[in-house]
Amino acid sequence: MSHEHGHHKETFITKYIFSLDHKMIAKQYLISGLLMGIVGVVLSLFFRMQIAWPEESFEIFKIFLGDNFAPDGVMRNDIYLALVTIHGTIMVFFVLTAGLSGTFSNLLIPLQIGARDMASGFMNMLSFWLFFVSCIIMISSLFVESGPASAGWTIYPPLSALPQAIPGSGLGMTLWLVSMAIFIASSLMGSLNYVVTVINMRTKGMTMTRLPLTVWTFFLTAIIGIVSFPVLFSAALLLIFDRSFGTSFFLSDIFIQGEVLHYQGGSPVLFEHLFWFLGHPEVYIVILPAMGLVSEIIATSSRKPIFGYRAMIASVIAIAFLSTIVWGHHMFVSGMNPFLGSVFTFTTLLIAIPSAVKAFNWITTLWKGNLQLNPAMLFSIGFVSTFITGGLTGIILGDSTLDINVHDTYFVVAHFHLVMGISALYGFFAGVYHWFPKMFGRMLNKNLGYVHFWVTAICAYGVFFPMHFIGMAGLPRRYYTNSAFPLFDELADVNVLITIFAIVGAAFQIVFFWNFFYSIFYGKKATQNPWRSTTLEWTTPVEHIHGNWPGEIPEVHRWPYDYSKPGHDEDFVTQITPMKEGEEVLHH
Amino acid sequence: MTSFLVFIILVLIGIAVWQLTKIFDLTQIGGSSDNDEIANDRDNSVNGYLMFAFVGFIYVFTIYSLYAWSDLVLGTPASEHGKDVDNLMAISMALIFFVQTITQFLLHYFAFKYRGKEGQKALYFADNNKLEAIWTIIPVIVLAGLIMYGLYTWNNIMFVDKEDEQDAIIVELYAKQFGWEARYAGDDKTLGKANVRLIEGINTLGVDLADPAAQDDKVVTELHLPVGKKVIFKMRSQDVLHSAYMPHFRAQMNCVPGMVTQFAFTPTVTTADMRNDEAIVDKVAKINKIRVNNSKKIVANGGTALDSYTFDYLLLCNKICGASHYNMQMKIVVDTPEDFKAWLDEKPTLAQQWKEANAPAPVATEVVPVIVDSTKVVAQVIK
Repeated sequence: MSHEHGHHKETFITKYIFSLDHKMIAKQYLISGLLMGIVGVVLSLFFRMQIAWPEESFEIFKIFLGDNFAPDGVMRNDIYLALVTIHGTIMVFFVLTAGLSGTFSNLLIPLQIGARDMASGFMNMLSFWLFFVSCIIMISSLFVESGPASAGWTIYPPLSALPQAIPGSGLGMTLWLVSMAIFIASSLMGSLNYVVTVINMRTKGMTMTRLPLTVWTFFLTAIIGIVSFPVLFSAALLLIFDRSFGTSFFLSDIFIQGEVLHYQGGSPVLFEHLFWFLGHPEVYIVILPAMGLVSEIIATSSRKPIFGYRAMIASVIAIAFLSTIVWGHHMFVSGMNPFLGSVFTFTTLLIAIPSAVKAFNWITTLWKGNLQLNPAMLFSIGFVSTFITGGLTGIILGDSTLDINVHDTYFVVAHFHLVMGISALYGFFAGVYHWFPKMFGRMLNKNLGYVHFWVTAICAYGVFFPMHFIGMAGLPRRYYTNSAFPLFDELADVNVLITIFAIVGAAFQIVFFWNFFYSIFYGKKATQNPWRSTTLEWTTPVEHIHGNWPGEIPEVHRWPYDYSKPGHDEDFVTQITPMKEGEEVLHH
Repeated sequence: MTSFLVFIILVLIGIAVWQLTKIFDLTQIGGSSDNDEIANDRDNSVNGYLMFAFVGFIYVFTIYSLYAWSDLVLGTPASEHGKDVDNLMAISMALIFFVQTITQFLLHYFAFKYRGKEGQKALYFADNNKLEAIWTIIPVIVLAGLIMYGLYTWNNIMFVDKEDEQDAIIVELYAKQFGWEARYAGDDKTLGKANVRLIEGINTLGVDLADPAAQDDKVVTELHLPVGKKVIFKMRSQDVLHSAYMPHFRAQMNCVPGMVTQFAFTPTVTTADMRNDEAIVDKVAKINKIRVNNSKKIVANGGTALDSYTFDYLLLCNKICGASHYNMQMKIVVDTPEDFKAWLDEKPTLAQQWKEANAPAPVATEVVPVIVDSTKVVAQVIK
């Protein structure tokens, strides 16, 4: 192995910018993801302010949105939709897909399976830099004069195809499509790398049933990504054709602004199918890595084996498989054949079963544990809590009959923000608190972490729990103001409450960012295995070296969850510890 | 004003962070000398208790929400199938509340009960097939019940019986940026063919006026429905996706350019009766109180006071469709069959209106209207 001698001269550029090292690439993903997260959250505060205090003039809008988007500090109604669109796009793709998966798959796959690096370091670097370019393009679309894409993050045509329909569908939408096309290329390179690395580069003794659950979830997430992202790519490509070259894949019989357009024979419903064939698996691409991180942290911090390791793997496989055959539940009232609605109701509600298994297994893992309530553990418990609260309402939305009346209302907003937005963010935070020492060699301040968690936990419920009620009151999402309907006047107070919780919750993220950036430079120095964990990443030195282990890659002798195993003095036995003579395997 | 509020909030947050960090710091005093940013017994204890308090917070917040906001939700359903939908909703909600209450309690209680202590030993409990089987099979049974009930109701709603179809009235809902129109099929129960390419002057729906079936079609901008009679809606859109959402009837269907979609229901309560519904009376009173209050502010700022609100059924757009998406509505009135007939009889047919507005109606010869059958499109998509 050339790596063992490998102290090549590294310049600033090869070390920090065009790095081939998976640990550096993970950090690059993390920091880009966090910065994108700031943009995504700030945009959401802007439109939340508009909902709570409709058509009021805000100084802050004058500064950030300017005279064009907010004349006299009052947000324009199409810009409201633009903010909603870009918020959704950034949070789903740039923060929770690239930020979460990109950071932790890159960091943990090689370290936890015992590999020197990713299968292809160059492709890995390319993957990050394509992601970076797509970030820049997406952000630059915010500065286009006609406004950024405004057709919702689902960009349904014809609205997204016709600049006559909304100004954001001009240059803003073009940039959105280009950015996403590059993003998908980046995501595919990353995913292929993860799959190949997990299959080929496990160290000696690291069988598939000795992999930590994190690696299992990253592996399956990458597979879902490879299966579904190309479909979005083709949808985006066809939409580009419709927009720029006059084809009619998604458009037909359109009369707009006094003019009949030439499109004939296409169908927007086709686009919906293509979009959701990615769009639904996408929510699992977001949530599965979080589930993996949380499983790992809950086991480590409970000082107990994860309960039902094989059931956990089986349920993740079941979820991954089912996730590709449920997309139609977004389309119950789209005009597709109602028979398909029946089929998708059936497959959708099936997902509740593996999800329930996972939730019960996490809870059982806590039972009779010795819980080390570090910030990472709090966020993991918070994850299970919001995953249950948000997941349960999926039983309503997945049921075509009930979806008729709550489809596209705030009930949906409440559901998906809790189950995949907040939960995945909690998983993200949990991962950052837990693996920060591995990434930066220093510790995050725990007290700031506690403050961060508790305020976030209360605000998250404060924001999204009331939305169930205004949704059941029939309030549609994506309304610039609710004042056009006297019926919704009584919801105004609730909307103010939600916005206040949102502002407070978002402001407290400053605590995290302060903690994060301060600790990178001045945090307490970390020890090699601060959480007394069993997995391989903690057997590497604190100082990052290229190739991860200074000598031979260690051999693995046991599964990753031997916490508090009877017959051992310590309450954890690392994977590299050989089985004692006469020691039995106590798990299945 | 609001920027002042935001400022105050930020200051308060700053103080709160400072105080909270101090509290957590204080809990360290007397603890072991370790300052390695890893939870010690005191951290575990404080956060364990906070976990227990948090499940209390969830319960209290839930109860408060139910108390304060449950009257916000839509009241009595105004359609035949609405009762079934609400019934299924009630069952699902009861189930959700039950599971939520128990699982959240277990999660947070365990987090409290088993908070780490020096010398406490965790139980090595890696798996148990019996337990896994229990929490696989119970959800399977419960979901099987929900799925069957749901699908039974869904099929009843979405597939209209042949007999009902003969007896029903046919109405086209026509969506465009940013308004609605409706077209009644008339006595022949057949909507005349239509295509956006035929839109001209007052023929805003692009109806083929040469089609015999179109002769008795009537186009209106306020939707009236007879109580107790099945209404089959045929939805069209002329520009982008819209969604015809009629929350009081538990009805919704997207309007898709290039194809015709369908939804059918039977209204069961007239507008007049609904206005006397107890919950609606309360709701309207509450809303008017809010409007009077808001009006005071508006008048003080030199505006005109808001109208007082009377209850009406509504058709809203519920699919993002452009800048004024938030204000795309049509009033729906449910009449007695007699009133409905009288109202509709008074309306002129589109053909009459066209004649009055123009010279002889044009004969559509070259343009063949294309109306796509939704099921066929789906079939193509599947292929």
